Amino acid sequence: MPSISRDEVAHLARLARLSVTDDELDMFAGQLDVILRSVAQVGEVAADDIPPTSHAVPVTNVFRDDVIRPGLTRQEALGGAPAVEENRFRVPRILGEEQ
Amino acid sequence: MNSPLIRHTAAELAARIHAREVTSVEVTQAHLDRIQAVDGRINAFLHVDTEGALAAARRVDADLDAGKAPVSPLAGVPLALKDVLTTKGIPTTCGSKMLEGWRPPYDATVTARLHAAGVIVLGKTNMDEFAMGSSTENSAYGVTRNPWDTDRIPGGSGGGSSASLAAFEAPLAIGTDTGGSIRQPGSVTGTVGVKPTYGGVSRHGLVAFSSSLDQAGPCARTVLDAALLHEVIGGHDPMDSTSIDAPVPPVVAAARQGAAGDLRGVRVGVVREFSGDGYQPGVLRSFEAAVKQLTALGADVVEVSCPHFDYALGAYYLIAPSECSSNLARFDAMRYGLRVGGDDPKLGAEEVMSLTREAGFGPEVKRRIMLGTYALSSGYYDAYYGQAQKVRTLISRDFAAAFDTVDVLVSPTTPTTAFRIGERADDPMAMYLADLCTIPANLAGNAAMSVPSGLSDEDGLPVGLQIMAPAMADDRMYRVAAAYEVARNAAADGALIDRVPDVAV
Repeated sequence: MPSISRDEVAHLARLARLSVTDDELDMFAGQLDVILRSVAQVGEVAADDIPPTSHAVPVTNVFRDDVIRPGLTRQEALGGAPAVEENRFRVPRILGEEQ
Repeated sequence: MNSPLIRHTAAELAARIHAREVTSVEVTQAHLDRIQAVDGRINAFLHVDTEGALAAARRVDADLDAGKAPVSPLAGVPLALKDVLTTKGIPTTCGSKMLEGWRPPYDATVTARLHAAGVIVLGKTNMDEFAMGSSTENSAYGVTRNPWDTDRIPGGSGGGSSASLAAFEAPLAIGTDTGGSIRQPGSVTGTVGVKPTYGGVSRHGLVAFSSSLDQAGPCARTVLDAALLHEVIGGHDPMDSTSIDAPVPPVVAAARQGAAGDLRGVRVGVVREFSGDGYQPGVLRSFEAAVKQLTALGADVVEVSCPHFDYALGAYYLIAPSECSSNLARFDAMRYGLRVGGDDPKLGAEEVMSLTREAGFGPEVKRRIMLGTYALSSGYYDAYYGQAQKVRTLISRDFAAAFDTVDVLVSPTTPTTAFRIGERADDPMAMYLADLCTIPANLAGNAAMSVPSGLSDEDGLPVGLQIMAPAMADDRMYRVAAAYEVARNAAADGALIDRVPDVAV
């Protein structure tokens, strides 16, 4: 009995903004299940009193001097955009018609 | 028709260029000709920047002709750059359709340092998509082939960089290592691959896969060449908040010291957990011979146990996908890269994003994004991601305890030699096992490298010796590696790389 179902994979795909095909749903459901069963052993050793490590080195914010300096030009920033209009990124509509 | 220049090490090329026995343009052209001749079979390169490379070489030659001192010990030497590092105006795809044709508006810090050092960037090398993979079979632009046997994988994710060295297309390359992507390809192509201490080389401009693990580093055919490149690219960078603000360890001096062949006083720990089932017998035999060689060089070799290393693979395949699911959210079809469905006024931003990501990402990337989304989701976070972060603590403690008693740790770099293309394609867990020995160093942030240890007696394919050192003690592993390299080459009657079959078409 797989612990991760086809419907759960479809839900994950929606959360991750991935429009997967039916075939992919079947494939990923099987594979994710095998992978999750294999990696679940991490729960065997990590006791409550062990602090988690998110980073191998201490992470602190880094500030530079507050000095004006050139950044990317508008042309450079827009240069890789899939669509541009009036010197701005042109994006598909974000709100639905009913909104 | 091959120029003899392609067989030289980077150190030899630099010496000859700086002495004006040969020009950087001649050296660069020799490698461009080699790429032209063999890359149709190897597919190491995604983009060759012929004009840019020759122009850079001409600038180096002009400065040297004008009597100026070389700007770095590698000035004028060509290099192959993994396509995960941004190059201003030069395509950067990360092996993905998502970034096809993208020309970044800025250079990565590593790229900028190479340019400043007069290193000639020949082009961008093939890789598993967004550095996710252990075989370079997951590139959207085709598989890279191992020059030792073109039916086999060159390792991954940096297969293009290591294959370019073994095919004599470049004397130096840059890779990135998240779970072994420099060391593992180095091992299976018979070349040297170094993962510096995490934070030792800037990640600014390295397209992020798993930010707490990703580390750029040198790939070369000799330990000294790797050290020379390490010093060019290493050091603090204010553009990267995880960059360590300390001098680069003296790795070139350590490599030269090691080459004298004396390891007396050096304590070497053999990791007990990296042996047994799942390890190819020929790999283990090569490793045992390497350990004997280290002992013969005067090293004090003992066995050490790192009990939590058995859980490293599990922790890695929760942490790396979790960070990837977050990092790859940037590919949203809005600001750069691919957009699918954008011309259809009926489709909203969310639908365009989903369609684009479906079309632009390959199966391995999708699998990891979903795995990470699962591991980070409410209800599962503590059981998966939280536990994996605790295992990371335990692994760091294992390293710390081991380094209390030894100077470096050694193991095989990979459990097997290069497998056949397609052999593990449908079995992700089998594929993930290729990085079994390399992952702990990424989780703990230590320095680690792979140096060729010979050919497996079963299949005649290269095997690597992994040497691991504490954070910011990268010089220790270079010393041990250089001593081992000299002794192995003497015992084996030459360097391993000299036995790679000629891949000329």
